Amino acid sequence: MLEELTAGFPILSCILFLPVVGAAVLWVVDDEDTVRSAALTIALVELALCLFVLLRFVPESAAMQFTERVPWIPALGISYHLAVDGISVLFVGLTAFLTVLVVIYSWDTIRHQVKLYMMCLLALETTTMGVFVSLDLILFFVFWELMLIPSYFLIKLWGGGAERHYAALKFVLYTLLGSVFMLVGIALLNINFHEWASLHHADQAYSFDFLDLLSVPIPVSQQMVIFWLMFLGFAFKAPVFPFHTWLPDALLEGPIGMSVVLAGLKLGTFGFMRFSIPLLPDASKSETVVTILVVLGLCAILYGAWMALVQADLRRLLAYSSVSHLGFVVVGLFALNYQSLQGSLLTMINLGFSTAGLFFIAGFLYSRQQTTQLSAFGGMAKQVPLLATFFLIIGLASIGLPGTNGFVGEFLILLGAFEANWWFGAVAVLGVIFGAAYFLWYYERSMLGPLGTAVRVTMSDLQIREMIIAVSLSVMILWIGLYPSPFLRIMNGSVQALVERIHHDQTAAVGGPEIQQRK
Amino acid sequence: MSDVTDLLIKLIPIFPLVAVIVNGLLGNRYSHDMAHRLAWGSVGLSFLCTVAVFTDVLRTGTTHEVIAYQWIFGGDLTINLAYLVDPLTCAWLLVVTGVGFLIHVYSVGYMHGEAGFTRFFTYMNLFMVSMLLLVMGNNYLVLFIGWEGVGLCSYLLIGYYYDKVSAAQAATKAFVVNRIGDAGFLVAIFLVFVNFRTLDYTKVFAQVGQLSPEMATAIALCLLVGAVGKSAQLPLHTWLPDAMEGPTPVSALIHAATMVTAGVYMIVRNHAIFDLSPFAMSVVAFVGGGTALFAATIGLVQTDIKRVLAYSTVSQLGYMFLGCGVGAYTAAVFHVMTHAFFKALLFLAAGSVIHALSGEQDIRKMGGLSKRIPWTHRLFLIGTVAIAGLPPLAGFWSKDEIMAHAFMNHHYLLYGMAAVGALMTSFYMFRLTYLTFYGPSRMDHHTEEHVHESPMVMVAPLMVLAFLSGVGGLILGFPPEHGWLHGFLAPVVGAAGEHEASTGMVFLLMGVAIAIALMGWGLAHFLYAVSPVTADGWATKFSGLYRTLLNKYYIDELYDLLFVESVKRLGKLLDWFDRTVVDGVVRAVGRLADLGAFGSTWIEKYIVYAGLNVIGYGNHLAAREGRKMQSGLVHHYAAIIIAGLFLLAVVVQLVVQM
Repeated sequence: MLEELTAGFPILSCILFLPVVGAAVLWVVDDEDTVRSAALTIALVELALCLFVLLRFVPESAAMQFTERVPWIPALGISYHLAVDGISVLFVGLTAFLTVLVVIYSWDTIRHQVKLYMMCLLALETTTMGVFVSLDLILFFVFWELMLIPSYFLIKLWGGGAERHYAALKFVLYTLLGSVFMLVGIALLNINFHEWASLHHADQAYSFDFLDLLSVPIPVSQQMVIFWLMFLGFAFKAPVFPFHTWLPDALLEGPIGMSVVLAGLKLGTFGFMRFSIPLLPDASKSETVVTILVVLGLCAILYGAWMALVQADLRRLLAYSSVSHLGFVVVGLFALNYQSLQGSLLTMINLGFSTAGLFFIAGFLYSRQQTTQLSAFGGMAKQVPLLATFFLIIGLASIGLPGTNGFVGEFLILLGAFEANWWFGAVAVLGVIFGAAYFLWYYERSMLGPLGTAVRVTMSDLQIREMIIAVSLSVMILWIGLYPSPFLRIMNGSVQALVERIHHDQTAAVGGPEIQQRK
Repeated sequence: MSDVTDLLIKLIPIFPLVAVIVNGLLGNRYSHDMAHRLAWGSVGLSFLCTVAVFTDVLRTGTTHEVIAYQWIFGGDLTINLAYLVDPLTCAWLLVVTGVGFLIHVYSVGYMHGEAGFTRFFTYMNLFMVSMLLLVMGNNYLVLFIGWEGVGLCSYLLIGYYYDKVSAAQAATKAFVVNRIGDAGFLVAIFLVFVNFRTLDYTKVFAQVGQLSPEMATAIALCLLVGAVGKSAQLPLHTWLPDAMEGPTPVSALIHAATMVTAGVYMIVRNHAIFDLSPFAMSVVAFVGGGTALFAATIGLVQTDIKRVLAYSTVSQLGYMFLGCGVGAYTAAVFHVMTHAFFKALLFLAAGSVIHALSGEQDIRKMGGLSKRIPWTHRLFLIGTVAIAGLPPLAGFWSKDEIMAHAFMNHHYLLYGMAAVGALMTSFYMFRLTYLTFYGPSRMDHHTEEHVHESPMVMVAPLMVLAFLSGVGGLILGFPPEHGWLHGFLAPVVGAAGEHEASTGMVFLLMGVAIAIALMGWGLAHFLYAVSPVTADGWATKFSGLYRTLLNKYYIDELYDLLFVESVKRLGKLLDWFDRTVVDGVVRAVGRLADLGAFGSTWIEKYIVYAGLNVIGYGNHLAAREGRKMQSGLVHHYAAIIIAGLFLLAVVVQLVVQM
């Protein structure tokens, strides 16, 4: 019954545009408290819609689900094509989840221009959702670019650091530069389709549609060119070592809410998994690409962790730990086997709870000490035991302790990497040691020991809103850690299809029926 | 019956888990009495279940495999959260839940009045859950959950007095050093999976014959790295003595009786792999023998009552590794069990001493306590005799069996190391006893006034442990090589090696062992009861050696210099590199873009601006703040987009030409 009712309902469009429409509605609201409640309501409705999608999503299936497809610019083969599969659907839920938490967090931490802030945040949600659900590459690119606008203003206007203008600009330009290359790559994909279409006298001359592009073969040499062009787009955004220097600046200078989104939603590596690997399987599995990407990933793991070890500012530490975690994800992606891809996907989701969670913790500390510098901390566990407890729980998840979500993802990546090539795994495993070292050492110096001299004596422990954030993150961390079954089931079908596509000799075989059917 | 047993098996870790959840969430909402009852009660229930399961295994001889649920799966990988209960697991379960229960009860008295009372019991129960998973798992990954879980609890409990710098540092050190071992263990797990496509013990050991000797050696050595970390063997032993920062019951439970023996469990569990690699076996044996001797030498001169016991633990764990390495698996397990009894007894009795002396741990400030705390004295003495290796107490049988096994299999060097270690063990334990309980009192006046015997809740568990230390060896492993334990474990580790031991030889070796223990006692008696001046004289005479031992061969300092400091220095260097070089390139590119922007202003005006409506909208939103930056931003945009369009044109051209 419910199924029939919802069959033709454009739920993804609703998810996509609800926040931005909501942001427009906020424009006319004047009272700040009303703005906050309205923003929270919108975010919660959005989350409810996403949960509905997650619940209705058919697991263990590689199919694109909840598809919506309308021609947009038919002459160029651009369409408004939305759908989710096992690779993207969890990101949709994660985005909505984190946005709710950010709204809750911002409730009393954002004090000026609340309306504008909430509008930016909701606009950011729409654009991020757009990146995850678009199956047309132009549509995807539009959202990818639009995302920069709210991000830019969030960092610039609500950032706490003195260098926020610089950080915002650096972030935008870096990403923009990458996406220009990516656009070229997308154009080449289109050209390739066009050539194939003219050769085979297909009805459709041009297409930017992901499924169409999947269905035509691409010569390996072309694949390589396109791969490296798209690589720049995704690697700058991710960021993949050594293109990471915008990240510590943006995360340190920007507001916590923005940092949560930046660190929690791994758009760049999602791009690799969504577009680069399936569209360009021969390039992705070529020795050059695998070697370079895995080496970059391994460097990132060790370099990021090593850098994190010596950071005195918690947010910089977290930025470098993000670099390290992304290294794991990249290694997993380009180890190109089932376990490693599944692990990478799960890890991307996990980071939305653990790394993003640690940014919330940094925010809680910031609210109390007006800084995230180590010198302002010390022995705080005595005064804020709850904060210290959640710091530890989320931190342990981030270093992959068994029983937390981090372990499941990291283990699968390492296992897959080891299968692909034993030395990938052997080097990556060193990250496990470093992770423990940088986190626990920082934790020891900030939370344990005697009370630091700069710590205010009258400090309140977690407040109700902070508790909501910390508890909901911890629940997710333990859920995925102890009983990841629902999440794995959602992913499995698409991961299986991806693996088959990578290791299939005939690139054009998968997705073939799709274009036939449309003729 | 089997269904009931399966249910009981599932329940064993659930009881403490429930206690963790309830005490963890509500601990501070109700009285301490409720919290500790829940804590020891849950472990008690686990113990009862264990006994029931054990009797079933003993009676039917079946191995139980119980799947709780599917944990990680996908592709050809399926890992269940599942349990395997066989005789080996039973042996460990009895020790963990039994000794664990006694220590929980003891803690009620010992921790009375501490600020973090419920926190303590929550961590202790969490430790029980992890330790139970460790020994009950039916595959490597469940073992690994438990493995890191006990590491976490060890971290939390070492850092129990977290506002103390030394405790906080010791906690971090313990976790990080353990993680080094864990990384090795993980590699072993990956190797197992790559070779067998499964992580279940039964399936792995069924196909173990396919392993090439090289691969078996690689897996065994990686497993050994894990075991060395967890069981504090050379060269990763440094965390255990520091772990004494935790409350004494923690030292007894985690850092003596149970967690640190996990390495031995792992090796015995994987003996099928170790057996394939004589090289790995001799590495295990020499790591064990070396550690046994090495730690004993340090134990000779330490002055902190708990540190002496800590080094003694490291040394005794060395004996267990030595046992594994020479193939005496049953003897190693036997020693794990007897050691759990007498070392828990010694630690708890030491805790009772510390309790009586209001926290004093320095044996130079003790003495003459035998009259003041008679029960603790008697019980400690039983523990000392047991560990020193005098029959018929427990330690004699198990240690002698390991040494005899080494000797009979012609590992004379290892036997020699073990024998010298045994002499030292006997010496430092009697030294500890003399300095603590006999001779004149060296306590300060204030402490002396408050000396009191511990309450019954603390003494009663000690009595049980003393009883086990007394007769445990006879019950479990008499006669040597053919005791009850040998028969019980035979299905897992195989029957005892058939070496052509003449009865005379057996008795000769026993005689030697007894003589060694007596010599150690005699020497300690001479130096600390008869002629204390001589002891001081020797310390001055061999002051270089004495200081080296006192400072634990300066290994901590060496590691600090080699690893900790150099890693930090290099990190600082990398930080500089990141800011100056990596980011420098980025900034240089940025400046190039600025130049481009300058040249392209007019293009921007007439061509690009129309395309920037989007940005215009954004700027509009933030007009107030944004105005200052606006022009610069647009310049950058323009430059990049133009560069991009140019690039696009070039690439398209090239591709079309191709």
